[in-house]
Amino acid sequence: MWDYLKLVIFGLIAVLAAIAASYARDLAYQVHAVLVMLIAAGMFIYSIRRVGAPKVATTGYMDDPVRIGVILTAFWGAVGFLVGTWIAFLLAFPDLNFAWAEGYMNFGRLRPLHTSAVIFAFGGTALITSSFYVVQRTSGARLWGGNLAWFVFWGYQIVILLAATGYLLGATQSKEYAEPEWYVDLWLTIVWVAYLLVFMGTLMKRKEPHIYVANWFYLSFIITIAMLHVVNNLAIPVSIFGSKSVQLFAGVQDAMTQWWYGHNAVGFFLTAGFLGMMYYFVPKQAERPVFSYKLSIIHFWALIFLYIWAGPHHLHYTALPDWASTLGMVFSIVLWMPSWGGMINGLMTLSGAWDKLRTDPVIRMMVVSIGFYGMSTFEGPMMSIRAVNSLSHYTDWTIGHVHSGALGWNGMITFGVLYFLVPKLWNRAGLYSLKLVSWHFWLATIGIVLYAASMWVTGIMEGLMWREVDAQGFLVNSFADTVGAKFPMYVVRGMGGVLFLTGALIMCYNLWMTVKRAPAAEAADAPVAAPAE
Amino acid sequence: MDTYSLLREIADSWVLLAMFVFFALVVLWAFRPGSRKVHQDTANIPFRHEDKPAGDGDHPGAHLKEARQ
Repeated sequence: MWDYLKLVIFGLIAVLAAIAASYARDLAYQVHAVLVMLIAAGMFIYSIRRVGAPKVATTGYMDDPVRIGVILTAFWGAVGFLVGTWIAFLLAFPDLNFAWAEGYMNFGRLRPLHTSAVIFAFGGTALITSSFYVVQRTSGARLWGGNLAWFVFWGYQIVILLAATGYLLGATQSKEYAEPEWYVDLWLTIVWVAYLLVFMGTLMKRKEPHIYVANWFYLSFIITIAMLHVVNNLAIPVSIFGSKSVQLFAGVQDAMTQWWYGHNAVGFFLTAGFLGMMYYFVPKQAERPVFSYKLSIIHFWALIFLYIWAGPHHLHYTALPDWASTLGMVFSIVLWMPSWGGMINGLMTLSGAWDKLRTDPVIRMMVVSIGFYGMSTFEGPMMSIRAVNSLSHYTDWTIGHVHSGALGWNGMITFGVLYFLVPKLWNRAGLYSLKLVSWHFWLATIGIVLYAASMWVTGIMEGLMWREVDAQGFLVNSFADTVGAKFPMYVVRGMGGVLFLTGALIMCYNLWMTVKRAPAAEAADAPVAAPAE
Repeated sequence: MDTYSLLREIADSWVLLAMFVFFALVVLWAFRPGSRKVHQDTANIPFRHEDKPAGDGDHPGAHLKEARQ
């Protein structure tokens, strides 16, 4: 019955998408309608060929989506870093704006492509993939919902595809980190609800009496992102056949909603979700349980209670009332403590096993990522202080801060997770080459240092130049003066990007060779319950 | 009183208090007597069920009973 219903659904979607494509009012919408039509038609053909096929036995863990997720995470990482490095050089050398790419590959089109590729494609795929892996292992149960996990996985990839193509063609609602237009938002909402169902369903059939702390973090990430996404994307489409929509909120309410969303995307997507990774994979790689389980509980609740209020620090010196921005600032500073509690918990998990830092480059990567987490969760509260913010806001310091968090914390922990998962998922005894992991480690670390250091220098310089006044009270520098002064630092930043990207490409090669060449692990389930003779 | 002022009044008095009390209770609960054993067991979850789900005969806490025997 479901087989036939599926055919009807795919067929209907394909036909409706074809109609939408022909009525389309703008190019982005038309391209998207054609893409949806092709995907639905492809799924229709795929399903019709499998009608009546015998059901595959479903035992053991559902690891196929995890395997594909690992591959796609590495792929999206490389794409996102490449685009980022490109636009870094675009800022240093405007001649890279080629005439033939005018209107499609300008900074304004590529920048959201870069941010979404690294945060939502690389980070999001890593989160979904690792959460599927972790929730099964820590529940002792197969993923709930059968093929629903596949729907979540590919549905999310379709969001990425529509978002990326939309940016290049100019479909954007101009909300930072929430640029995709209304129909992509609606689709993501459906996918996200399914994600919540799969995750909750698996937790509910768990064989362990307790829910391991990593799942708490993952669950808070899923629920909070659902809430943020829905509220921040409230909009009315201009036409059902066009990509343009109008925001429901206006003025300072819109700004506050946007940064409530924006900062909690950092707090719950890039922090809580990735802390879920930390609480599972660091103990696994270190082969010892987390330093303090009590601390992890307090870490969780403190982080959840505080993060949600920190958003207004993005709106100092704006139309936002002072009390609101002070509130955001105070909560941001208080947030420093649980963040460092989490960092200490992660780092101290290695206590008694510090020697592994010398022998295991994967654990080194994880430790450095936690170090960067600590660094950027100190820098962030500091920058949220109104006086500091008056210097740092709108300058490259902010960009440096974001990247020490994103490249250092999110990037490095994800690399560590990929290095952990690939041998496990493809049943290999170990990685193809630890030496290459070391190369990746150093290239990435030096790349981040170059990036962050150059952005500190250029950001503070720029902030000071903007506020410099002469004895008569006139501004000393024009905006173009600051742009000219920043050139050397922009080149250094680009070089940092090249190093980071090179490291990621080495990782892709290493993981590929691990699957191809590394010796197989000894048969893991050699007779487990062999009768004693 | 308009809705905004009313909601704000409630938010920064009773709701604030309720959330703070909830948080304090969570922390106290984490330190309750006997929690150490539970936490030790929970912290070791990642080191069980590595390769395959818990058996069908298992039920929540099955391993605890085995350990006791």
